[in-house]
Amino acid sequence: MAAIVGLDEGIRELLHDGDTLALEGFTHLIPTAAAHEIIRQGRRDLTLARMTPDIAYDQLIGAGCARALVFSWGGNPGVGSLHRFRDAIENGWPHPLAIEEHSHAGMANRYVAGASDVPFAVLRGYLGTDLMAHNPNITTVTCPFTGETLAAVPALRPDLAVIHAQRADRTGRVQMWGLTGVQKEAVLASSRSLVTVEEIVDELTPVPDQVILPSWALDAVAVVPGGARPSYAHGYYERDNAAYREWSRISADRETFTEWLRTTVLARRVTA
Amino acid sequence: MSWTADEMMTVAAARSLRGDTRCFVGIGLPSTAANLARRTHAPDLTLIYESGALGAKPGWLPLSIGDGVLADTADAVVSVPEVFNYWLQPGRIGIGFLGAAQIDRFANINTTVIGPDYAHPKTRLPGAGGAPEIAASCGEVIVIVRQSRRTFVEKVDFVTSVGHGSGPGDRERLGYRGRGPTRVVTDLGVLEPDPDTRELTLTHVHPGIEPDTVREATGWPLAVAGDLRESAAPTAEELATLRSLTAGVTA
Repeated sequence: MAAIVGLDEGIRELLHDGDTLALEGFTHLIPTAAAHEIIRQGRRDLTLARMTPDIAYDQLIGAGCARALVFSWGGNPGVGSLHRFRDAIENGWPHPLAIEEHSHAGMANRYVAGASDVPFAVLRGYLGTDLMAHNPNITTVTCPFTGETLAAVPALRPDLAVIHAQRADRTGRVQMWGLTGVQKEAVLASSRSLVTVEEIVDELTPVPDQVILPSWALDAVAVVPGGARPSYAHGYYERDNAAYREWSRISADRETFTEWLRTTVLARRVTA
Repeated sequence: MSWTADEMMTVAAARSLRGDTRCFVGIGLPSTAANLARRTHAPDLTLIYESGALGAKPGWLPLSIGDGVLADTADAVVSVPEVFNYWLQPGRIGIGFLGAAQIDRFANINTTVIGPDYAHPKTRLPGAGGAPEIAASCGEVIVIVRQSRRTFVEKVDFVTSVGHGSGPGDRERLGYRGRGPTRVVTDLGVLEPDPDTRELTLTHVHPGIEPDTVREATGWPLAVAGDLRESAAPTAEELATLRSLTAGVTA
């Protein structure tokens, strides 16, 4: 059964230095508050997995929490570069960042294989690209039935998955809806899981297209209203596009970023 | 009425989309062009975003591929594994619409790194995203990209997405079902692969552009079609619709 915990307690108990961590969210429901708590707790040597490392991962990388990044698209969508990610790769600041690079289909299928407890996934695509040359975790397999050559990627099994959802009930069942990306797969592929939610309710009212994660599939649930900002929570608040544009300015320069980190993340605690 | 080179490019790309097609849309110029097409000659165009929105009908241009307006207006919202495995991979999507940081004479695309050394790139770009599988599995691919010698290179520094490989037969050898890039729309004109050699060939110049200008902006000796044509200028309706779409959006 999922324990209802405070965010700080949840991160402290479930995440350790050196872990592989997946904070998933595909534009929608990005667990930003959890990323900030990880920065405050000073976790180090994390391998960060995520299809679309956006500004929350830019912040974790810039704050020195990450040793490696497993990803498929690293940018600020519609705005431009992730400057802290680029600075780490191009200049090793604050320290070097190893990268393992996939396509979206490759990453999505790695999670599916992890959630399904099979060692690898197959997909069409990838063949003929230079991604294969630089990533030993992309190879080929011959179909035992047809003899076709297909791309193969190993299951991804993070130590901890953290996602954000709209709500949970008091037993820790979680309900989420809208663009749900690869969050369910990430939770089921991981050894441990933490879900931050906008609110806890007595009863979960059914919603079209909802995803329910049962309490028994999760380790912990923390109430963090606004925990996805500046991304959005469908039915609760909109995406703050201005904040994504503003991030480009804040992150472009190491000093501006460091000052932002000090005043915005380190000085503040989430109370829940 | 006058227009910018970017507006001409976006209009030409929008005209490449037919009304009854399902189109896998990337953010930025492809999304702008696809939404312009849906508002002008192709109201029945089905827009599919990799965030999981199938049949999105946004009332304004989204800044990202996952803005809430896409989910709110979609026929269906599905998970990301489902978009790629059930809808894209089996060939259910007619057109893939991609951008590029570099493109070569066989329309192979680079969105990963600039420079010869992957480990120490001159410029680190966002990476592959959905593009390799869009390029593999859509019925055809349309590329929209501004044309310059920096972008149109003899050989891309990194093949993120396969176009026509190194020539005829390559896609078939890789087991790719789609026809690959059929049109590259730029701010100067339109390039299409030669049916025999698969090499990109200039087929249209935009109004006021000379073929030599396009050659100078291309990093290989550019072939020009015998029946080179001029793109029709944007209509007043196309321009007005495009400008109302992009007002307030900085892509």
